Amino acid sequence: MTVFNLAIELAYWQQTVIRSILGLVAVLLPAGTLVYLYLFKMMSFMQSRLGPMEAGPYGSLQLLAEVGKFLQKEDLFPRAADRVVFKAAPFVVLASTFLLVLVLPAGPDAWFINIDTGVFLALAVSSISVIGILMAGWGSASKYSLIGGLRAAGQLVAYELPLVLAVMGVVIQAGTLNVQEIVLAQANGEIFGWGGIGNPFIITQFLGFMIFLVAIQAELTQPPFDMPVAESEIVTGYLTEYTGMRFLLFFIGEFATAGIFSALAATFFLGGWYIPGLDPTSNLFNLIGPLVLVGKMLLVSFLIFWFRFTYPRFREDQLQQLAWKVLVPLSLVNIVATGVLKVVF
Amino acid sequence: MSNEASAQQLSYIENQASDARVNIELETEGMTLNLGPQHPATHGTLRIIVRLDGEQVVSAEPVMGYMHRGYEKLTEVRTYPQVTTLVNRIDWLGSFANEVPFILAAERLMEVEAPARAQWIRTALFELSRIANVVLFLGDMAVQLGATTPVFYAFRDREFVLNQIESVTGGRFHPNFDRIGGIKDDLPKGWIQETKDVLVRINSFCEEMEDLVVGNEIFQTRTRGIGIIPADTGLAYGLSGANIRSSGVDWDLRRDGGVGLIHDQLDWKVWTHPDGDSFARYWVRLQEVRESCKMVGQILDGIPSGPIMAKVPRIIKVPPGEAYVETENPLGIMGYYVISKGDLVPYRVKIRSASFNNVSITPWVLKGVYVPDVISILASLYFILGDIDR
Repeated sequence: MTVFNLAIELAYWQQTVIRSILGLVAVLLPAGTLVYLYLFKMMSFMQSRLGPMEAGPYGSLQLLAEVGKFLQKEDLFPRAADRVVFKAAPFVVLASTFLLVLVLPAGPDAWFINIDTGVFLALAVSSISVIGILMAGWGSASKYSLIGGLRAAGQLVAYELPLVLAVMGVVIQAGTLNVQEIVLAQANGEIFGWGGIGNPFIITQFLGFMIFLVAIQAELTQPPFDMPVAESEIVTGYLTEYTGMRFLLFFIGEFATAGIFSALAATFFLGGWYIPGLDPTSNLFNLIGPLVLVGKMLLVSFLIFWFRFTYPRFREDQLQQLAWKVLVPLSLVNIVATGVLKVVF
Repeated sequence: MSNEASAQQLSYIENQASDARVNIELETEGMTLNLGPQHPATHGTLRIIVRLDGEQVVSAEPVMGYMHRGYEKLTEVRTYPQVTTLVNRIDWLGSFANEVPFILAAERLMEVEAPARAQWIRTALFELSRIANVVLFLGDMAVQLGATTPVFYAFRDREFVLNQIESVTGGRFHPNFDRIGGIKDDLPKGWIQETKDVLVRINSFCEEMEDLVVGNEIFQTRTRGIGIIPADTGLAYGLSGANIRSSGVDWDLRRDGGVGLIHDQLDWKVWTHPDGDSFARYWVRLQEVRESCKMVGQILDGIPSGPIMAKVPRIIKVPPGEAYVETENPLGIMGYYVISKGDLVPYRVKIRSASFNNVSITPWVLKGVYVPDVISILASLYFILGDIDR
C-alpha cells in the first residue's frame, strides 16, 4: 500500500475501506465547501444580501439543514414515468463524478490510481453523466424534462471536444498522459532556465486554460451555459420532476463535479498539489498536498462561480456556434502552436 | 424555351425535390408546449399555448383571464372615492399611477381642477411609481435571460423609492392617496431632501444596469434583432408606452396628451429607438427611468405652495355625463371611460389597460422564434398580470 506511506502494512480489505472513505470525502467535501462558500455566501454578498445566517454561526450549518430536509421528503414519481430509468438516472450522474475523482493525485504518494492513461480516463468518464441526464430527461415523461435532457446532451457532446483539445496542449508539453507526471513536469520545469516556481502550464498554456474554463462551465451546465436547466424557460429542465433524495443526488453530483473539474484545471494548469520552494518528492507533500490542491481548486472554482452569478445565458444555437466556430478552432491553433514550439525549444 | 433555360429549370426542380425528400425524412412530429398558467416566467398566471417544431415556435396563442377580478363591474357598486382602492390593484407595481386617470376623469365630469400644489405632488408620485415599476423590469428582464444578480439590485433600490411613496401616502404598494379635487395629505417634513438622495441612488442603479446588463455581450446577442416589431404592426396591435416608442414611434401622452398633470412645465425628453427589438425595449425603459428621475428632481425644486384640495362637497355626487381620460402609465397607455348618471356611484367604467394590448401581439411576434426567445420577448414586452386581466 502506497497511500500515505503508512509505516504499517494493511490488509486488502482495510485498504479498500480506507480508500472508499477517502473517495467519499473527496467527493462530498468539495461539494459541501462549494455550496456553502460560493452558492450560499459569495452569491449573497455579490447580490447585496447576507445569505443564510440562522443555522449555526454565519449559517455554517445551513447545509445540514438542507440535506435533512431533502432526506425527509417523499420519493415521488410522475405517473407516466419510466420508473427504472427515472430511479437510476441520479446514480449514473453520481457514478461519473466518483470515477472522475479517481485520477486526481493529491501528493507524491497520495493517489487512488496512478495509471499512464489518467487524462484519457478522466475525460472519458466525465461524459458518462450525459447518459444519466438523458435518462432523467426521457424517464420523467415531461415535456420540459425532455427538452432539457436533449439540450443537455447536445451541449455536453459539443463541449467535450474543446475540453479534450484544451488538455492536449498540456499533454504535449508534459509529454505524458499520466496525471501525476504532469504535476511533476510542472514542479520540475524551468522558465528559461529559472526553476524558482517550476513551470505551471498556465503560463505557456494560457489559451488552453481559458478554453478549459469555458468548456467545464458548459459541462457543468452553469450560467452562461445553463440552457438544460434554464429555470425561466423550461422550469428546471431534466430536474423538473425530481424531488427529495434523488434531487439531492443530482445536486451533489453537480457541485462535486464542479469541484473536481476545478481540481483538474488546477492540476493541469496550476501545478496541482505542488507549491514552489519544496522538494516535490518530500514526504511532507503527502500531508499538505491535499490542502494545497483544495486551495487551488477553490481559486479556480471562484472564477467559475463568479461567471455563474454574473452572466445571462446563451441560446442553444449561439452556444453551439461558440463551441464549433470559436473554441474548437482556437484549441486546434493552440495544439499546433504548442507542438511547433515543443519541437523548436 | 431554349435548351439552357429548360436545363436550369430541370435542375431547379430536382433540387427542390431533393430538398423536399430531406425535409420528409427529417420531419418531426410537432409538440404543443403549455407555457403556464403555472410557469416561472409568466409573472403569475398568463398561459401561452406554443406549438413547437423542435424548439421553433410554429404558433403561439396567449390565453388570458386566469386572474380576472371583475373590477369594471365592481366599480358600479363603489362610490367614487372608493374606486381608487380597487384600481390601485390593477398594475400592482406602479399603483399610484392607476388612480390618476380615474380621478382626472371624475374631475373632468365634476368640472373641478386640483390646485397647483396638488398637481405637482401628484405628478411627483406618478413619476415615482413609474420608477418603482420600471426599475423592477430592468432587473427582471435579466433574470428571464438567466442572470440572477441584477434583480436583487433592483429590489434593493426600489425599496428606497417605495419608502418615499410610503412616507407621503402611508402605503408602499397601494397608496389610495389621490382624491377628486386634490390629494389626501401634504408632503411630510424633510421629504424633499430624502427624495433627492433616493434619486441619486436610482441614477447610480441605472449606471450599474448599463454596465452589468446593457453592456454585456451575451445580453446583446440574446436581445438584438430578436422579437422585432415594426412601427406599423405595433400600432395596428395597439401597443403603447415604451413598447411602441422602441419601434421608433415618437408618441408619449405625457407630452402629447395634455391631461391634468404638469409634465408640460418640465424639461425632459421622450426617448425612442429605431430597432424595435427586445434590446430597444430594454434600452428605452432604462432611459425613461433616468428621465423620470430628472422630472422628479425638477418637481422637488419647483413645487409651489398653496392648498392641496379644491372646494369639493363632502359627499361626492358626479353630475351626469361621460368622460374618457388616458395617461402614460408605466406599462403604457391607461384610460378610464366613466359614465355617470348623477349617482354616488359610476354607472359604468371601462378600463383600457396597456398590458392587454401589449400581450395581444404575442401570436404575431412569437412566430418562428426559439423557445428561449419566447421568454426574452415576453419579458421585454413587460406585462403585469393584473394589468392584463383587471
